[in-house]
Amino acid sequence: MVDMTTSQPARKGDTTLGHIAYVLKDNPVTMLAFAMLAFFLGCAVFGPALVPYDPLATNASRALEAPSWDHWFGTDNLGRDVFSRVIVATRLDLTISVAAVALSFVIGSVLGSIAGYWGGWIDAVLNRCLDTIMAFPLFVLAMGVVAALGNTVENIIYATAIINIPFYARLVRAEVNIRRNAGFAQAAKLAGNSDLRVLAVHIFPNALPPMMVQVSLNLGWAILNAAGLSFIGLGVRPPTPEWGIMVAEGANFIVSGEWWLAVFPGLWLMLAVFTFNLLGDGLRDIVDPRKRT
Amino acid sequence: MSARSKMILGRVAQAIPVVMGVVVISFLLTRALPGDPAAYFAGPAADEASIAEIREALGLDKPLFQQFFLYVGDLARGDLGTSLTTGQTVMSDLAARLPASLELTLVALLLSCAIAIPLGVLAATRPGTWVDHMCRVLVTAGVSMPTFFTGIVLIYVFYYLAGLAPSPLGRLDFIYLSPPHVTGFYLIDAALAGDWETWFGALKQLILPATTLALFTLAPIARMTRAAMLSALSSDFIRTARAAGLGSRKVLYGYAFRNALLPVVTTLGMVFSFTLGANVLVEKVFAWPGIGSYAVEALVVSDYAAVQGFVLAMALLFVALNLVIDIAYALIDPRIGLN
Repeated sequence: MVDMTTSQPARKGDTTLGHIAYVLKDNPVTMLAFAMLAFFLGCAVFGPALVPYDPLATNASRALEAPSWDHWFGTDNLGRDVFSRVIVATRLDLTISVAAVALSFVIGSVLGSIAGYWGGWIDAVLNRCLDTIMAFPLFVLAMGVVAALGNTVENIIYATAIINIPFYARLVRAEVNIRRNAGFAQAAKLAGNSDLRVLAVHIFPNALPPMMVQVSLNLGWAILNAAGLSFIGLGVRPPTPEWGIMVAEGANFIVSGEWWLAVFPGLWLMLAVFTFNLLGDGLRDIVDPRKRT
Repeated sequence: MSARSKMILGRVAQAIPVVMGVVVISFLLTRALPGDPAAYFAGPAADEASIAEIREALGLDKPLFQQFFLYVGDLARGDLGTSLTTGQTVMSDLAARLPASLELTLVALLLSCAIAIPLGVLAATRPGTWVDHMCRVLVTAGVSMPTFFTGIVLIYVFYYLAGLAPSPLGRLDFIYLSPPHVTGFYLIDAALAGDWETWFGALKQLILPATTLALFTLAPIARMTRAAMLSALSSDFIRTARAAGLGSRKVLYGYAFRNALLPVVTTLGMVFSFTLGANVLVEKVFAWPGIGSYAVEALVVSDYAAVQGFVLAMALLFVALNLVIDIAYALIDPRIGLN
């Protein structure tokens, strides 16, 4: 006789955690991305305390040395340790991108929610404004904004935030718009909730999963953008260690063969962006497997 | 009026407020640039009176919105002002430098399509296999590379180490004369003149910057191709074609691929936009005399007419391109405009 009373064990993949574990097992690349993210966060938090040299200390007697046991990534033209500078720069680069993405996330969410929920002329005006921003090649617009506002780190953050706002606003608008008359939203309103409360507590949270994917992809993109701006001399000023500036400074030495000046900061920059891009892809698999491209 | 021409007119009408917005933003951005153009024009020896005189001549003493109407009036006559640094009109500067940027961008896009589209098809026909995963990692790595860094690494490997590439200084080595000006595209001009030595010289200069840009644009094209192919391959008409016994090559290239191309073409418009943006960095690395490096030089000295002209030209170029793509889409795709 088969014992019919024992309950069926929950199938793997039924719970959210189970689903995440299932997707991760299928996708070792995403696991790698999480490990790399942990590494970069560690560098940002503990890096400045752990590096072997002061990133700003010059030492003329040991300028332009190739990588060795003393200086893992070599030294630059002023004798500064490239390894220390690369690690210390992690905090600044991550801060810029996280701040910029957080700003555009908040502003984009508010604008997109209002446009999606109330529609009408607000929606039309917002859409035209977003179209206008998107009409510029985004890097060019960021260049213009930083040049106009002035050459500071805060302005890099604002510029990067401005060019990212349309992506969030559009995403939230679409997610809110399809749910504004859904049964659960109407039920919440009938129960006496105000429009604002229904929008913020009942409808908006539904937009969060696709937005997490966007956040992850945008973080990488924001780092690239900030580094690109400082590469052409906008934003972060030397001697502050920052990946874009270090590549720009190292570029002058590449044609004479001192490759380590530009290659290591560039490699770190690339790895950081790569991490966020892989992470975004992985999150997309978890959030919505159908959308994988 | 047919539904299709109504749709095209509607799309053109949609572009008008965007163009107006672009003009307003580029005006505001450049008025906010630090530095006083009147003082710059007057030179270091000028006194207060002569600076004020020049300010009046430039119209900079008027209220902002009056300046804006003057600006729009100038724009309508095709007058973008005069660059402070080169002394030429911005229009002629841009016209002289635009072909260099366009040649670089177009060659890069062609190269990128030639690699990315087959890659996307390959991944879509073998979803979930190692080929698919490899494609994903490859294109993600490509889009993660900062263009300025890729450029520098390519210069190091191919110029310094291998000695294969010419020195990364502009469009043509100084031992060649630039070909007679017809289109401004050196490859086309040299071919028209039958000067193959110059043609190869220009090509050699072009390869590294074009590869740099192409690596950056691989990802969106390959991903779009893969997604479009996957959805085409799982549609009913493919199942019917397979059931009817058509060969796999015929099904793949004759039916699925042709249908997958439409979204890919749309993506190309977006890719073109950020290639134009990335151009600024690549042109700086390779000392390419395009409009991107022109804009960087202008930004450094707050040359507002030049910056304004550049930003405006880029945005208008992009709006026009998207308009053309959307209209071409409406003309090609028989399903649009029917309902």
